[in-house]
Amino acid sequence: MAPHDLKRGQVIDGFRLEGALDPGGMANFWRVTGTKAGAPTAPAEFPMVMKVPLLRRGEDPITIVGFEVEQMILARLSGPHAPRFVAAGDFEQPYIVMEFISGRSLKGLLDKTPLPPDDIARIGAKVAFALHDIHRQHVIHLDLKPSNILLRDGGEAVLIDFGLSRHDQLPDLIAEEFEGAVGTGPYIAPEQVLGDRSDPRSDIFSLGVILYFLATGERPLGEPQREAEWRRRLWRDPQPPRWWNKKIPFWLQEIILRCLEIDPAERYASAAQLAFDLRHPAEVSLTQRAERRTRDGVGTVAMRWLRARKTLPRRCNSVAGQLSGAPIIMAAVDLSPQAEPLADALAVAVGRLLATEPDARVTCVNVLKMARLALDPLEDAHGRNPHLQRLIELKHWARRLAVAQDRVTYHVFEATDTAGAIVEYARNIQIDHIVIGARGSSTLRRYLGSVSAQVVAEAPCTVTVVRLSHQGNRPEAVLPTT
Amino acid sequence: MRTALFADIHANREALEACLSHAKNNRIDRYVFLGDYVGYGADPVFAIETVMNYVERGAIALLGNHDAAALEPDPRMNDVAFAAMEWTRRRLGPAHLAFVKGLPLTYEEGGRLYVHANTYAPGGWEYVTGLYAASRCMMATSAQAIFCGHTHVPMLFHMSLTGKVASFEPVDRVDIPLMARRRWLAVIGSVGQPRDHNPAASYAILDAAHGILTYIRVPYDVAAAARKIRDAGLPVALSYRLAEGH
Repeated sequence: MAPHDLKRGQVIDGFRLEGALDPGGMANFWRVTGTKAGAPTAPAEFPMVMKVPLLRRGEDPITIVGFEVEQMILARLSGPHAPRFVAAGDFEQPYIVMEFISGRSLKGLLDKTPLPPDDIARIGAKVAFALHDIHRQHVIHLDLKPSNILLRDGGEAVLIDFGLSRHDQLPDLIAEEFEGAVGTGPYIAPEQVLGDRSDPRSDIFSLGVILYFLATGERPLGEPQREAEWRRRLWRDPQPPRWWNKKIPFWLQEIILRCLEIDPAERYASAAQLAFDLRHPAEVSLTQRAERRTRDGVGTVAMRWLRARKTLPRRCNSVAGQLSGAPIIMAAVDLSPQAEPLADALAVAVGRLLATEPDARVTCVNVLKMARLALDPLEDAHGRNPHLQRLIELKHWARRLAVAQDRVTYHVFEATDTAGAIVEYARNIQIDHIVIGARGSSTLRRYLGSVSAQVVAEAPCTVTVVRLSHQGNRPEAVLPTT
Repeated sequence: MRTALFADIHANREALEACLSHAKNNRIDRYVFLGDYVGYGADPVFAIETVMNYVERGAIALLGNHDAAALEPDPRMNDVAFAAMEWTRRRLGPAHLAFVKGLPLTYEEGGRLYVHANTYAPGGWEYVTGLYAASRCMMATSAQAIFCGHTHVPMLFHMSLTGKVASFEPVDRVDIPLMARRRWLAVIGSVGQPRDHNPAASYAILDAAHGILTYIRVPYDVAAAARKIRDAGLPVALSYRLAEGH
């Protein structure tokens, strides 16, 4: 049965075709509902869509292999950032049934460019979050483009079309079938052009292309159709976004150009770190990228061209390996005078983590505890702004970490519930590891409950609790407690 | 139906017990033994009687080259393997030999073919170590999926509709979907003498209904198995290689 023979009302393996949706380039899409009879799995509770690949005789094998890859990978993904997999059919009628995502594709935004920077940061952070979530599950998308990104009505980004994707613990059917680069001209990352399909930072490059387009209305690398033209991005950097539009803030240019770095090692080490910057524009540490007025000169480009001629595909160990080497660490610092030795010990513990993970970032957090009912004054008894004062102290504490400024950020929160604020922040920005001090045990503390104990109980990630050792007051961290 | 696949037990009692006990906790409906129950290790009687026991209860067992060599010496074997077979033959009784004599070289069901070494000459014992041998195997049968052992190195070969063959090193305990549009050749690693530099015993679970294959590594008491080999007076190299997984 050929795909174009499908009719409304027809039932395939227990799924009734309710109506055709807009076809994609390589597949037709049908809204389907579950029937009891003949269904291989129980019909899902959510709206479903059936993707039917267009497998014609003599068709490019990419359609067939892409269908196999998507079937394999979608079934392994979970969470809100990919459509939920329901079922797949094979020989007689190939199809994949998955969750129907009610929302709009990012493609619709392309007519509205340039978008305001805040909107770009908001949308970009959602997409970066979605990317991080699939990277954590060992999958690299490798064909990220506006038409493959949907925004749910609730606001979350959903990535679709995993036909060119790679799961680092499953056979890479695409690499085995095709020798050249596989991807979409405007979005494909330089290392992908060289045939490297193992680096999650390739998706960060593609997201950089999208952010660039949203900010300027222009494609940073044009729209090359032929694979031979794709290689140009191995040496030619794009015009900086502010070359097109001076209203683009420096922080946004910094973020976009960092995503578009030719060498993956110069990009964000993880999508979570990119999301972090997009959500904290004021914290973005600006480098020469932010101020760049034009692209690199002939000399630099010629050097890169010479080098690119000899470049061979690199190998990155694994997706999970890349991510675990690029954690976001939260140092929850108690700045009260009596906790000073403990703050010293905390710095020792954080320093050790940073030393072992060169791509790690650290966010230093202090919570300014507010009285529950009273309106807190903007100034303390000495006429100082307590929030600003804490920020200064926090930065002072972090000086001894001896780490590049672009790897550290600082946050002072005002909250009635210290532990709750720490846990909520950790959840919102996908912190990988919290390091927090415990002030030891006193009768009062046992009675009131300690902040660190609550953080350990509720945190969505690994927690290291730092204590002063009992023998004397040496600032010695006691590791690990999780 | 969930099938547990075991290959190249090679008289290693500790490894076999560890794998069977792992399988028992994983809802297994049936057992397939892909040959080479004896040779190298110090517990040939235990290994062969365990397999006989499972066969009585419906398991499938195939003939391996070391099992065949228990019946009749194989001059192509290297010195160490040959010496171990001489030692083994002295320990097997008539019932064990009769069981081995009755073992088939291949078994086929529902598009799946089980064999010890290869499909194109099952009794010739050639190894499937590369893409060429793998594609020969797939050409020699119409089965969609082939399961074999013999190399002691877990590996998954597959062929696309366009005839391209590729290999993949399976990752411990990751479910691999065996898609129906593709042909598969799964080399199950060795229970009793792994040679991929990982000393843990190797076996696999096939969920045929869902088309999912999962390779599994099981740690076991390597020191005990190695000590028995030395105590039995078998070539001492056979004990060292267990710890190295080589």
